[in-house]
Amino acid sequence: MLELRNIHKSLGGKAVLEDVSLRVEHGETLVVVGSSGAGKSVALQHMIGLMHPDRGEVLVDGQPMHKATGSRLARLREYFGMLFQGGAMINWMNIFDNIALPLRERNRWSEEEIAERVHQALALVSLEEVEHKMPVQLSGGMLKRAGLARAIIMRPPIILYDEPTSGLDPILSRNIDKLILHLQKKLEVTSVVVTHDLISAFSVGDKVALLHQGRIAIVGTPEEFRHADDDFVQEFINAQKCPEFEAATGKGDRVR
Amino acid sequence: MQYYQPEYWEPPGNFLEKAGRQTLLLLRDSGRALLILAEAFACLKDAPRRHREVFRQMCNCGIRSLGVTSMVALFTGMILSLQAGLILRMYGQEVQVGTLVSQSMVREMGPFMTALILAASVGSAIAAELGTMQVSNEIAAMHVMSVNPASFLVMPRLIGFMVMCPVLTVYTNVLGVTGGMLVANTQLGVSPSAYYDNAIQFLGNKEVYVGLFKAWVFSLIIVAVACYQGLTTANGAVGVGRATRATVVHSFLLVLVSGYIITRIFY
Repeated sequence: MLELRNIHKSLGGKAVLEDVSLRVEHGETLVVVGSSGAGKSVALQHMIGLMHPDRGEVLVDGQPMHKATGSRLARLREYFGMLFQGGAMINWMNIFDNIALPLRERNRWSEEEIAERVHQALALVSLEEVEHKMPVQLSGGMLKRAGLARAIIMRPPIILYDEPTSGLDPILSRNIDKLILHLQKKLEVTSVVVTHDLISAFSVGDKVALLHQGRIAIVGTPEEFRHADDDFVQEFINAQKCPEFEAATGKGDRVR
Repeated sequence: MQYYQPEYWEPPGNFLEKAGRQTLLLLRDSGRALLILAEAFACLKDAPRRHREVFRQMCNCGIRSLGVTSMVALFTGMILSLQAGLILRMYGQEVQVGTLVSQSMVREMGPFMTALILAASVGSAIAAELGTMQVSNEIAAMHVMSVNPASFLVMPRLIGFMVMCPVLTVYTNVLGVTGGMLVANTQLGVSPSAYYDNAIQFLGNKEVYVGLFKAWVFSLIIVAVACYQGLTTANGAVGVGRATRATVVHSFLLVLVSGYIITRIFY
């Protein structure tokens, strides 16, 4: 469904991604974890065509994303919805207009249909009665939900999440995890989540990949990841250990 | 429209490398700014369905800068009239001050002053607004949603400037000439009718059209610079500040240079 093949990318003479290969199958959730500056967001931006690799291929449903430009790129992007870190809502438009924007731009739907779809999307992310508010009036968690409603409004088959739990308190973070799982189940989408939050990674991921110094250190199920015989993987896991972490990961329980 | 990622450059090794890089970047940036402008022109067909945003930008450009434009225009005319009138009086020709003020305003000062005010007030605001959108990933989100920023953001601002810059220029000219008349009447003893007769007598169509053409060219320069600076902002709040400053400085320089070139071509 979505594949990065031997991606190399340098920024300012520094290698950010080196021979990165990842594959996500239809309906699967891949979580990419790693410390800050490991290249997670850069990998995500390659998937959606916001960055182009120096070498390597990005394939979406078998079609080369890395070569696409213009209308072809726009068509390939219709496969994707993306939740940005801060929600990336347009500040001078209210929440309704923000979520309706992708629909209005395509000019295929009447205002009644648009309103119906916006309400459905808001209900899916459990966010109601905020449609006439401006983005600045919403809290961080609500902004992420609104961003997610906008990401799913076109009903894309792939959803990308860039640090969905960053800046949120633990309770809100777990709510976002539940929401990701809920959408996964309800919409049967393929998901890629980039995060440094291992609780979230083990909660939502079918597969977890660790990006370290621009390379993939390990890809596997959460269970395989936890028991990996790799010093950095264990160091990464141990660094996040706390009672809450143990509760969520020690027994292998998942939020769902 | 292409999405411009933040760029990371290694520090230059020596002065020559720095100068070479700056030159190449200047050429590349100019090309990209022109491309953004060309794309916005290609998106003019979207104007009817974005009429609200177009109207908002016209108000932004025209009405919000009306106060400062009025003050600057009035006092520019008054200063011109006083300075020229005092010299002309030495030759007993103070009645000609109307000609001098109207020619100066319509040919050069009107479009030039208006462009400087718009670059400093509206251009810098555009760069700051688009720059903030860029650093908070709103521009990236538009690309992901296949919303073309050239149509959604640049085109309404382009129309706002292309319409309002010449309109404000005419307003500046009228106020400037009127300010000149006030001074000519009160300080130099020239009657308003004599002043206006002289002001209009030597004012041909060419002066008016070239002045308006200048205003139109200046509007394109300011929009291209402001939108390009905004859409390529990097490095958070510092980057937004840098983009705003660059918009004002580059617009001022380009308005000056292009103003000279247009004058040279037509006169």
